[in-house]
Amino acid sequence: MFEDMVTARYYEERLQEEYLEGKQPAFDISAGPIPGELHLAAGQEAAAVGVCQHLRDDDAVTAPHRPHHVAIAKGVDLNRMTAEIFGRKPGLSGGKGGHMHLYDPDVNFACSGIIAEGCPPAVGAGLAAKKRNEDGVAAAYLGEGAISQGAFLESLNLAAVQKLPVVFVVEDNDWAISMPKERVSDVEDGSQRAGGFDMPGVRVDYDDATAVYDAAEEAIGRARAGNGPTLLEVQVHRRMGHFMGDPETYRPDEDKEAAQGRDSIERLAEELRAAGVDDGDLDEIREPARDRVDEAIAWAKEQPEPDPEDAYEDVFVNPPSGATTDEPTHELAEPGGGD
Amino acid sequence: MAQQEPQAIERDLTMSRAMVEAIGHEMRENDEVFYMGEDVADYGGIFDSTEGLLEEFGRDRVMDVPISETAYLGAAVGAAQRGMRPIAELMFVDFFGVAMDQIYNVMAKTAYMSGGSVAVPMVLTAAVGGTYNDAAQHSQTLYGTFAHLPGMKVVVPSTAYDAKGLMHNAIRDDDPVVYLFHKRLMGIGWMPAPDGPKTAVPEEPYVIPFGSADVKREGADVTVVTLGLHVHRAFEAAETLAEDGIDVEVIDLRSLVPLDTETILESIGKTGRLVVVDEDYLSFGVTGEIVATVAEERLAELEAVERVAVPDVPIPYARPMEDEVVPNVDDIEAAVRSVCS
Ligand SMILES: Cc1ncc(C[n+]2csc(CCOP(=O)(O)OP(=O)(O)O)c2C)c(N)n1
Repeated sequence: MFEDMVTARYYEERLQEEYLEGKQPAFDISAGPIPGELHLAAGQEAAAVGVCQHLRDDDAVTAPHRPHHVAIAKGVDLNRMTAEIFGRKPGLSGGKGGHMHLYDPDVNFACSGIIAEGCPPAVGAGLAAKKRNEDGVAAAYLGEGAISQGAFLESLNLAAVQKLPVVFVVEDNDWAISMPKERVSDVEDGSQRAGGFDMPGVRVDYDDATAVYDAAEEAIGRARAGNGPTLLEVQVHRRMGHFMGDPETYRPDEDKEAAQGRDSIERLAEELRAAGVDDGDLDEIREPARDRVDEAIAWAKEQPEPDPEDAYEDVFVNPPSGATTDEPTHELAEPGGGD
Repeated sequence: MAQQEPQAIERDLTMSRAMVEAIGHEMRENDEVFYMGEDVADYGGIFDSTEGLLEEFGRDRVMDVPISETAYLGAAVGAAQRGMRPIAELMFVDFFGVAMDQIYNVMAKTAYMSGGSVAVPMVLTAAVGGTYNDAAQHSQTLYGTFAHLPGMKVVVPSTAYDAKGLMHNAIRDDDPVVYLFHKRLMGIGWMPAPDGPKTAVPEEPYVIPFGSADVKREGADVTVVTLGLHVHRAFEAAETLAEDGIDVEVIDLRSLVPLDTETILESIGKTGRLVVVDEDYLSFGVTGEIVATVAEERLAELEAVERVAVPDVPIPYARPMEDEVVPNVDDIEAAVRSVCS
């Protein structure tokens, strides 16, 4: 867990650096090596690793627009994910998707840019597992701002009535862009939503990776055993703006400072030290993690950009005749995992 | 109301400021006008579409709402059915799918299904457009989708002047109006706009009627019909083409529903050549509609036609691919040369 958390945090820091390059002096979202929006997840690592530790490659994860930490915890290919974010040809989708649309079928990971959009497909993955009598589970991640969305509420209901192996993971970072949670939801915590669907609702009140791990163990065990869905909410914190370039003028300084003052990674490090792991051992985890990130970024940046004409491929995997390509451009990946 | 001649104009505004000025004016004049959407209060709209309104009007009239488009866009419809005049913002047009039922089955069909007895005087605003590598779920234009489904007026400004006049008209209109603004034209800090959209804007209110396309550049050789961002790209192409003696007329549609066919046909009568440029998908969309209309009415005078639009692929992320599919100045120039050859 510590390794994945460190990797994810360092990855976000490095992406931030790369993203800001070329965007100055006047911030221009379309300039620089990483254009478009970039939503970083620093401060949310505990929710990613605590849950994904219990998942196998054949378990499905759907993440939202802030996906990198979950992707890393799920084992998405770091090099190809980075190449995707830099818009390079060997990226996960050949540069078509970008950072909000990462698909890695080898580990059954997907994410998307529309709020709560991943919930129904996660229910579908759970449905497929159940129909095939497999013990796979699906985890759908969403933010606390997304708990008002119809797709989420309908998914809770469908998963509950069908007793599907799905864990809904709400990452509560207190903010939905500029909207603090108390202004957009009357429940104190998102896990209370579970009550309306007769499923367990569990909340981990602090970004404590170990506590998340324990809570997720139970939820995922329950799903795997055929006992239906769970709604698990984790309090995390948002260390940065909603997206890179967000001036956060709506956010009180105290709130920013409070977020900086909390650190799930430091917290876990403390725990490990208390359990007898020394700083040297932690560095032995940190350093290779950082190297891996640096290598992924260096590798990605060396890769070629896609050809303009690549834009016409993949609209269909079975292109109708008359389309620019008649043949599927590459083999469809088999959903990965299994034993 | 007819378009009023601008009075003494002393200031240039960005498109977003011009829109907000119209909204502020209408809110001051009419207590039934209110604004709701995500991040429209404290943030002032992700694309500066409500900048400053919270300070003046407070949270009751500039409402941040939960991320629940079906509920709040549907609620805007419901309030409008009761005679209020809501303006509801869908942050990116791409999110329309979440709430499409409320949009096209309720907002757009109420007047008809009620035999004209129930009106829906609301404005649905949304940001459209790519050109900044935000990929398939945040870059669409979708003009044609809304224009295709009957019952909503569809408006697309390309300059600050138009944005203000069209917004006044939209808020005062008794029918639902879909007001689509291109992110690239708004003049927001993090997305540099081309020079064109920032224009002189009168301080007093004025309305631009829907269905009044604007001949933004007169020319004798070829008619370019377009809207939104691509008005400015067409100007740029026209400048280059002028150097080679090709005189381009640029028509800015300003609204798709209603569509001002007269202005287009008149221009075709003069030039005989048509290029339609749209940032939406090629097939079954705006370009096909315009060409079909011209063909029906002026087939004999039509010497050549080209369409320039997104070639039926979702908008890709990486720069070389996005540049390939979103029409740019060169694409427009090439299309004009081709109809002139
Ligand atoms: C259907 C839909 N509506 C609105 C948006 C715009 N949007 C993107 S992120 C976001 C806030 C999400 O907040 P939350 O779910 O708490 O996640 P966080 O960003 O805090 O991780 C919004 C409103 C969207 N992407 N999709």
